[in-house]
Amino acid sequence: MLELANVDAGYGGFQALFGISMSVKPGEAVAVIGANGAGKTTLLRIISGLLPMSSGAMTMNGVPLREIPPHKVIATGIAHVPEGRRLFPRLSVENNLKIGAYIPSARAKFSERLAFIYELFPRLKERRSQLAGTLSGGEQQMCAIGRALMSGPKLLLFDEPSMGLAPVIVAQVFELVRRIRSEGYTVLIVEQNVRQVLKFADRGYLLEAGRIKTSGTAAEMLASDDIREAYMGL
Amino acid sequence: MQCELDIFFLEAVLNGLLLAGLLALLALGLNLVFGVIDVVWICYAELVMVGMYGINYAYKTGAPFVVAALFGILLVAFAGLLLHQLVIRPVLESAPINQLLVTGGVLFVLQAAATLAFGIDFKTLGIRLGSLNIYDMSFAYSRIITFAVASAAMLVLWLFLSRSYIGIAIRAIAQDRQIMPLMGVDHRTIYLVTSAIGGGLAGLAAVLMVLQYDIYPQIGQQFGPLIFMICVLGGLGSMIGGFIAAFLISEFIAIGGSCFATEWGYAIAFLFFMIVIFIRPQGLFGGKA
Repeated sequence: MLELANVDAGYGGFQALFGISMSVKPGEAVAVIGANGAGKTTLLRIISGLLPMSSGAMTMNGVPLREIPPHKVIATGIAHVPEGRRLFPRLSVENNLKIGAYIPSARAKFSERLAFIYELFPRLKERRSQLAGTLSGGEQQMCAIGRALMSGPKLLLFDEPSMGLAPVIVAQVFELVRRIRSEGYTVLIVEQNVRQVLKFADRGYLLEAGRIKTSGTAAEMLASDDIREAYMGL
Repeated sequence: MQCELDIFFLEAVLNGLLLAGLLALLALGLNLVFGVIDVVWICYAELVMVGMYGINYAYKTGAPFVVAALFGILLVAFAGLLLHQLVIRPVLESAPINQLLVTGGVLFVLQAAATLAFGIDFKTLGIRLGSLNIYDMSFAYSRIITFAVASAAMLVLWLFLSRSYIGIAIRAIAQDRQIMPLMGVDHRTIYLVTSAIGGGLAGLAAVLMVLQYDIYPQIGQQFGPLIFMICVLGGLGSMIGGFIAAFLISEFIAIGGSCFATEWGYAIAFLFFMIVIFIRPQGLFGGKA
């Protein structure tokens, strides 16, 4: 589904990613783990077009992403739930969801998908006319996920969905991601919360200083002594 | 001085209300553009002036007023597009002072161009609508129409901004610019639509103003500072703030003008403005300083 080959990227003179090659297959949940500053967020920003890559190739279902402008990436079926959720705080919950359906192919299915999301997250339906900025952390994450689903994506990118949330909410958020997964969406998730994310992912990549250090099935990675020591404090 | 709570006071209050409609409409266009594009159109009142000349021209060539009005609105909407594409877009990433200077430059260019093209004499469409007299109070129909049309236009804009995809994108982009590509929104399209609406609102204001005021190249100077004061008082970029500030300022002008003298009305309004800005530099409803 998603293929990256030898992707380099950076900000100005600073190179953040070096020769990244990876793939995500339909139906998979893939985790990218690594320390702060390893390049995890940059990787997702490259995939969704927020940041241009400096060299390499990337395709989504055969469409070369490097050749299309950032705002057209979403039409290839990639939706990005950004770090810190980034809802529009002074728009209502429903308008946040509506803007998720901005692309022409999504507008036609607005009501149908809205109903699906309200069924998935009844809490959002209760708060539909409330300003998004007044939601609790967990509700905001539901709204951010809902907004991403409104475009009718095939692949969902999650950037640190547990960041800045209380521990009890973190468990709920992973439950949300698991539910999205069970709805048949393909998931690429970036997390510092290594143990939690490897529990539900199929495969993982370990990113260190902008390079892929190791990759493997989630079970292999959970069993790896290096990863246990460096990222799980065991 | 004759400041008693009599019928003339009521007349002043109501006339202030009628003026507020026009000022709120003007402030709304400027706030919309600033909120979305983050650039202040210093030449906003001059766009209104261009619209007034355009309407005058069309009307004098024999077009019915409604057609001339439509022409004026489209003309200024198009001028807004051009302003964005030719002047603002090249300096979008520049320092705010440069953005102020280029739009300030456009102000002088438009004034000079109007003077060259039309001379400095006052022009008027010569439409006289008369006034509505109730008891001892008198209200010009042109002001009543202005208030009604401005209110209706603001309502339509509000519906557009709260219901349509483009309208919601316009509000969203003012809140978080960077992530708009993730929604599939091309910010360039939104900027152009916003500029056209901002221009269109200035055009509509021009339509309403030709019913009340004479046209001359410097008319922008009469309204420009007032519009900026209202926008800053309400909080630049805050459409609700601009709306409320327009009513406050109009009432100060109208009541102050009725109690003392017209000039006093403006002086009191500006004094009020300065006091508020000392206390709340971000304006009444401003989020960002």
